[in-house]
Amino acid sequence: MVNDLVVDLSRAQFAATALYHFLFVPLTLGLTVLLAVMETIYVTTGREIYKQMAQFWTRLLLINFALGVATGLTMEFQFGTNWSFYSSFVGDTFGAPLAIEGLMAFFLESTFIGLMVFGWDKMSKAQHLIVTYAVALGSNFSALWILVANSFMQHPQGAEFNPITMRMELQNFGALFFNSDAQSKFVHTVLAGYVTAAIFVCGISAWYMLKNRHLDLARRSFRVAAVFGMLGGAGVITLGDALGYVGAKVQPTKLAAMEALWTAEKAPMAFNAIAFPNQAEQKNYFTVQIPAMLSILVTHSLDGVVPAIDQLQVQAQERIRNGIPAVQAMEKLSANPRDEAALAQFKAHGKDVGYGFLVLRYAPQGDLTKITDADIARAARDTIPDVAIVFWSFRIMVAFGLLMLAYLVLATLMTLANQVERQRWFQWAALLMVPVPFLACEFGWLVAEVGRQPWTVNEMLPTWLSASTHSVAYMVFSLSGFILLYTAFAIVEIYLMLLFIRKGPEEHGAGPGAVEGLPSAGRKLAAQ
Amino acid sequence: METYMILLVVWWVLLGVLLTGIGAMVGMDMGVGTLLRYVGRTDSERRVALNVIGPHWDGNQVWFILGGGAIFAAWPLVYATAFSGFYIVMLLLLWSMILRPLGFEYRSKLPSPTWRAVWDVALFLSGLLPMVVFGAAIGNVLQGVPFHFDWRLTSFYTGSFLWLFNPFAILCGLMSVALAVYMGGSCLASGADDPIGSRARRAAIVGGLAAVVIFTVGGFWVSAIEGFKLVAGPDPGVAQTPLHQQVTRAPGALLANYAAHPALWVLPALVYAGLLLGALAHTIRRPILAWWLGTLAWIGVIGTVGAAMFPFIMPSSSNPSHSLTVWNSGSSLVTLTWMVGFVVIFMPLIVWYTSWAFWVMRGKVSVKHVETSDHAY
Repeated sequence: MVNDLVVDLSRAQFAATALYHFLFVPLTLGLTVLLAVMETIYVTTGREIYKQMAQFWTRLLLINFALGVATGLTMEFQFGTNWSFYSSFVGDTFGAPLAIEGLMAFFLESTFIGLMVFGWDKMSKAQHLIVTYAVALGSNFSALWILVANSFMQHPQGAEFNPITMRMELQNFGALFFNSDAQSKFVHTVLAGYVTAAIFVCGISAWYMLKNRHLDLARRSFRVAAVFGMLGGAGVITLGDALGYVGAKVQPTKLAAMEALWTAEKAPMAFNAIAFPNQAEQKNYFTVQIPAMLSILVTHSLDGVVPAIDQLQVQAQERIRNGIPAVQAMEKLSANPRDEAALAQFKAHGKDVGYGFLVLRYAPQGDLTKITDADIARAARDTIPDVAIVFWSFRIMVAFGLLMLAYLVLATLMTLANQVERQRWFQWAALLMVPVPFLACEFGWLVAEVGRQPWTVNEMLPTWLSASTHSVAYMVFSLSGFILLYTAFAIVEIYLMLLFIRKGPEEHGAGPGAVEGLPSAGRKLAAQ
Repeated sequence: METYMILLVVWWVLLGVLLTGIGAMVGMDMGVGTLLRYVGRTDSERRVALNVIGPHWDGNQVWFILGGGAIFAAWPLVYATAFSGFYIVMLLLLWSMILRPLGFEYRSKLPSPTWRAVWDVALFLSGLLPMVVFGAAIGNVLQGVPFHFDWRLTSFYTGSFLWLFNPFAILCGLMSVALAVYMGGSCLASGADDPIGSRARRAAIVGGLAAVVIFTVGGFWVSAIEGFKLVAGPDPGVAQTPLHQQVTRAPGALLANYAAHPALWVLPALVYAGLLLGALAHTIRRPILAWWLGTLAWIGVIGTVGAAMFPFIMPSSSNPSHSLTVWNSGSSLVTLTWMVGFVVIFMPLIVWYTSWAFWVMRGKVSVKHVETSDHAY
């Protein structure tokens, strides 16, 4: 009834467009705030160099921002186009934060970014500063609401499944908003954006130092960004730890996959620093372990334990057995919403209805009475996400995170000691660090979303059931279109970004319309 | 039950407000894109046109994004069924929309004429195509769309991609393009120096009059289209799915609400009043007034369609009893209540700061300005 290839292609398309979108998001999140910081220094001290800094970095922000907006459009519509069952199943709850994001964040960010760019000569200094803050606030609000929505997928809290309307309905808006996952993930993600922007600004400033150009602007930008990034970096790691702590409770399969924890262990549990997990055999080939470390990391104690994959699969089997009558009751209610017996049956088994959907995939012609023990065991194995991807993505993200924190601490110390402009090796290092935060963000999302599988809404709605009923041809067409367009955009974006970095801030004043124009300082003199 | 029914109607009206917002604000930018090569004969003239909406296109586009988000939140079944059913068309819409932010931001970054010409074409297509799709979608919904549900409410679209471009849908697509030309022309007439402004004024008058003609043709055509009639089903205001109602096709059903409530004729009258007075306003050089009259016409168009269809939002032509109505496709009471709260708080704020942004950037953009400014596209 559902074509597996269509589901896989839909997943590939969503993953590709989402990961691509998120190449542009963190820089916008962080750079808007960093611009507000620079402009605040300009307005409070009146030093022109900070205005030049703000305007130069704004230009780079805009090249990035345009693609962020463009690829964000795809995300807003892709739930409906490609995940239509998901959309009608959770729209009641999941749609709300998305609509609020539009009302509260996108309008703010998008209305004021026009004024921020075009309005320098039309407003007072203070007004322009407020506008810049509004843009930063807007982009950060947008992260807040989208992460509230995402956290609902990870930990569906605040809503209940209604068997009459056959969807998840909002019960408690506070519980949706104050989802523990959302709160830590928001701070973790936003701070990761600040770190990304800081490392981006430091890297390009270091390149100017290497080229011996725009030294004043480069030195000051480096200093502001390094301090800003170091504060952010410390927070990212603290909140990342909190996120793991929350995740251990609500998504035990994700945690077990992150740690490649196949079989049950007693406390204190060892941490697999390195492992080569094999999904089919459900074991690791080669491991390097740190004793007791897992208990300390996840439960913050020596005697804490977390469930292993073998235990989780046994639990899943029980829940699948309990979920089957729930889905059967739902089918009866769909034919007759007044069927009291079916309603009672649903009430008794409803908490596991998602597990019933999970095994529905193996039911011949959708007939759950024909499910065998082997089908149940298969569905239970499905509850374990791809361990190798989750395990390694997590380790790469963490390694990059620690590397970035160390670098930002060093960068802060060196800039305060006026050493950055003297040490060429460090300038090179700063330049080479630029891709690291972008990669770390992508790997972070892989952990979060591959780790959420096989669910779109954790333990409620399986991925295979969520997709739209398109033909393979439609999916091949759309996926090819996205690959073609997005590749072209990436080439154009990188080309323009590099061009405008190479032009440097002295180009400021000529206007983006005239690359060959006079620098503004020269023009002002000429005007006098 | 009573409260829920009222909330559903409130959200049905808000859906109309959003569509009107898209028509007025996004449509204006789309019109500028469509007219780009007509009003701007030289590169600098085209840059003038782009810079008139330069500070505002991004904010305006949020109407479109909010449209998607709000339909998702308030009408999840409509969002799911329409967006997946119109798949290829939605992709065309999306891909052409994606070109817009890039077109604005990247076009004038390099001096190469080829580069700029390519982006001009991109901006033209990204102005024209979305409006065709927007109008055609409304045209298809009016006629009914071939879809049905299984017992779980998984939706299946059974029509072909080409069917979506049937003659009536194309007429509606042209209507929305004509209105976009009117709105975009009015915006440029107000914000751009001559000769760009006067060319835009002429285009606006032509667009407005064309819209009047198309609307009239469409009106007669609609009376010949078989509409839908809700024969039986659960009471309005009771939580329900589209699986338990009985709907039949009926000739002339699209005019039934007008026959029952003649006051509704004021809605189509608004279209005529807005566009004819708007053309007049242009001849006496009052482009801002003309823009507002165009918004009035948009209210008339969306209102006319909505009143003709109520209580249907998206009828099914292949299985009429699975049609989506105001009563069976809305979100729950809790969600609709919260969302009304957010709209009541944020909509006035949005209107206030958007107006402020337009006020700050008031005045005409000239060729001299784009050639010398620090901050121009």
